[in-house]
Amino acid sequence: MPLTTMNGREIHVNDEGFLTEYDEWDEDLAKVLAKNIDIDLTDEHWRVLRFLRDDFKSQGETATTRRVQTVGGIPTKEQFTLFPKKPAKKMAYIAGLPKPHGCV
Amino acid sequence: MTITQEAIVPKFDDDTETDRKLAIICSKGNLDMAYPGLILGNAALGEGVETHLFFTFWGFDMITKSRMHDLKFTPVGNTATHMPMGITPFPGVTGMATHQLKKSIADLGVPEVPEFLDQIVAAGGHLWACRLSADMNHLTDADLYDGVEGIISASDFIELTNGAQLLFI
Repeated sequence: MPLTTMNGREIHVNDEGFLTEYDEWDEDLAKVLAKNIDIDLTDEHWRVLRFLRDDFKSQGETATTRRVQTVGGIPTKEQFTLFPKKPAKKMAYIAGLPKPHGCV
Repeated sequence: MTITQEAIVPKFDDDTETDRKLAIICSKGNLDMAYPGLILGNAALGEGVETHLFFTFWGFDMITKSRMHDLKFTPVGNTATHMPMGITPFPGVTGMATHQLKKSIADLGVPEVPEFLDQIVAAGGHLWACRLSADMNHLTDADLYDGVEGIISASDFIELTNGAQLLFI
């Protein structure tokens, strides 16, 4: 598993660059991750990220866009606006979580 | 263990404009056969692929307001259900099978057909109705799900999906 340096410290990631250790993430790191993929974080982004973090903690897996809508209350359309084109993967990446496994 | 100083950033491959397009023809009106097109279309949209769904023949039920809430699943003639085929045509079996399938789908957090269409439209998917099917059933725009962009001919659809990958379901 590769180690990478971000925000002045070592972070465990997988071959694609997604974080593999839940606890290595913090909000400062999220800003770096977002910048890596050219996203400027707004309050609306944070609402999604905090939901994803909390949901992962209780469910043990990354929420799909469907779940972010039905449980997190963030409409699909908004998710596509905040995290253009590939919302599920981008949200997961910035939230320091694995890509979602669910199909829907 | 590999040590690297460079940040590894996932390649989302969305900075370059892609011309990847997916066209899905939905021709079945059974509950179980409605889902493959919806699931794949939704997945494609989530990957940034321009997606068009064309509803034709029995698939028209998926977008017809009076029927879309009431698609059914039947084990009749479907050996994959592993039920004794002799009992499948009995009254109530289709109802029971439909109920069971709906429950299994809901348990997985997958929406019912109308709500799934809402999600696909919200994700930027395009829904098209087949002109011939509309004419055969004497249906107009008013009878169809609101997210349908238009009733178009087969040629229109072929033109619209120039260069697309195509799935016929």
